[in-house]
Amino acid sequence: MQAPAKGTKRRSISYAKWGYIFIAPFFIAFAIFQLIPLASTIYYSFFEYYRSGLKVIGPNFTGLSNYVKLLSLDLPKYLGNTMLLWILGFVPQIIISLLLAVWFTDNRLRIRCQPFFKTVIYMPNLIMASAFAMLFFALFSDNGPVNAALISAGILNEPFRFLSSVAGTRGLIALMNFLMWFGNTTILLMAAVMGIDLSLFEAAEIDGCTPSQIFWKITMPLIRPILVYVMITSLIGGLQMFDVPQILTNGKGNPDRCATTMIMYLNNHMFSKNYGMAGAVSVILFIICAVLCVVIYRSTNEDEGRKKK
Amino acid sequence: MTTQAVKDKGAEHSRHELLARRIVSYVVLAFLCFLCLFFFYVLIINATRNHYQIQRGFSFLPGKSFMTNLKNVLADANIPILSGIKNSLVVAALSAILSIYFSALTAYGVHAYDFKLKKIASAFIILIMTMPTQVSALGFLRLMTNMKLTDTLIPLFLPSIAAPTVYYFMVSYMKSNLPMEIVEAARIDGSGEFHTFNHVVLPIMKPALAVQAIFTFVASWNNYFVPALILTSNKKKTLPILIAQLRSADFLKFDMGQVYMLIAIAIMPVIIIYLFLSKFIVAGVALGGVKG
Repeated sequence: MQAPAKGTKRRSISYAKWGYIFIAPFFIAFAIFQLIPLASTIYYSFFEYYRSGLKVIGPNFTGLSNYVKLLSLDLPKYLGNTMLLWILGFVPQIIISLLLAVWFTDNRLRIRCQPFFKTVIYMPNLIMASAFAMLFFALFSDNGPVNAALISAGILNEPFRFLSSVAGTRGLIALMNFLMWFGNTTILLMAAVMGIDLSLFEAAEIDGCTPSQIFWKITMPLIRPILVYVMITSLIGGLQMFDVPQILTNGKGNPDRCATTMIMYLNNHMFSKNYGMAGAVSVILFIICAVLCVVIYRSTNEDEGRKKK
Repeated sequence: MTTQAVKDKGAEHSRHELLARRIVSYVVLAFLCFLCLFFFYVLIINATRNHYQIQRGFSFLPGKSFMTNLKNVLADANIPILSGIKNSLVVAALSAILSIYFSALTAYGVHAYDFKLKKIASAFIILIMTMPTQVSALGFLRLMTNMKLTDTLIPLFLPSIAAPTVYYFMVSYMKSNLPMEIVEAARIDGSGEFHTFNHVVLPIMKPALAVQAIFTFVASWNNYFVPALILTSNKKKTLPILIAQLRSADFLKFDMGQVYMLIAIAIMPVIIIYLFLSKFIVAGVALGGVKG
């Protein structure tokens, strides 16, 4: 389509070569650093291959036994933990972000100092997650500043041991995930709301719609594709949750392994050099992500098709 | 007239309602800003206080131990902070350069040329964009072990050549900002394809390159999972691993002033970059819509 104006057929063929040359480094790097490793990860998942003391057992082909072991043992618990931690952070995140996006873009409300607010709420997204978790660990430890402040304010009589209680640990992880991501989501949703034709809002106002009617009947349906996109990327990000719970609980996920996520479980197997089990965990994660991608791609493509028509 | 009176009443009612909504929204915003800033405020305050002051409780005023804490952190042999900063900087800078250059190159290849596999290639990159790299971490670790690249920084930046999200941003940017007429004109002037890319296309892409360089730098600076698998010797470790080490050591034996100082050192460079470029970065987030 973009063939050069004076180009003969021969000339455009010689340009095609450049297309391959230019995309080659990307695909070579992708093949070496991701495709081949993925293939060998899948391969290892069918083997008994671990270290016991100084002895290396395997690799012996054992078929699906790693998967059977996984599904009957710990995996459901850790997948459940991961999903629960994601939901605890995501629900407040999407509600607050929608609210802020609507407020920031409301022409009658005219929020001042928007650049300042946006700068502040996006900032936690750039913080090193491991350092952020370490900070929370120090602040919320049994004799840390938060407990000290709560006691001196008379709210508590004795320190609340956040990291020894299931709700406290999960709550802190959810709070960190919320803080790190709500600014990002707000900015994305704002861009979506600002993309809506202004005359729709004006017409609705003239017709006497209340702000909540405008929100549910105009804003929400029109930003649905972006909402779906935000939810899916957030879900995939949630499945990768690692840094925050790993550092906060020192890799143990305690109390009662309530904060051990899928990637933490994978990480434990890799450090103990149980390659068979690590492979099986990876493959299960890969399948979940692949399914998610396909489901989401379908729904977003439908939306786009409808919008174009 | 009565209709006029009704209208006035309605207008007054909606003015009150607007005021109420405005108050609610400012209160919520102020609370969220407090949440975002409070923890960092405590971090900075505590980094300037010594261990005993911190143990005694929280204070809103900074102490006088900033330099002492800094000196202690730098002198601590168990946590090689200087080499940590250097390693993190090297990895993050090289990742940023490699990912923006090669992503722009790939995007230009797809944008500017027609070739048989073009559609498949671009669809493939978009499809893998959301796939987490952790799923192939085991194979990656094994491969790096076989190639004798563990405990080096190479496996941490070289894979950045293939960065699907950066590619996606570049392609979208080219679609709206790179007219092919410019490329045609360069060709007529006798510029080779690589020369055109380096000297005509890249300058036009500068804003996109800068935004993505910042994002890649930050992501790499903050990365913990893969470096923790690859790096084993103290001298090679990056900052997030040192933070993790701090967490797994016996916490109570630590000088808390040092702990807060180390966290501040890990976080502050990014915050300082951000404070200077926040407008630019926030605009980049809204523009791209795609980020790791």
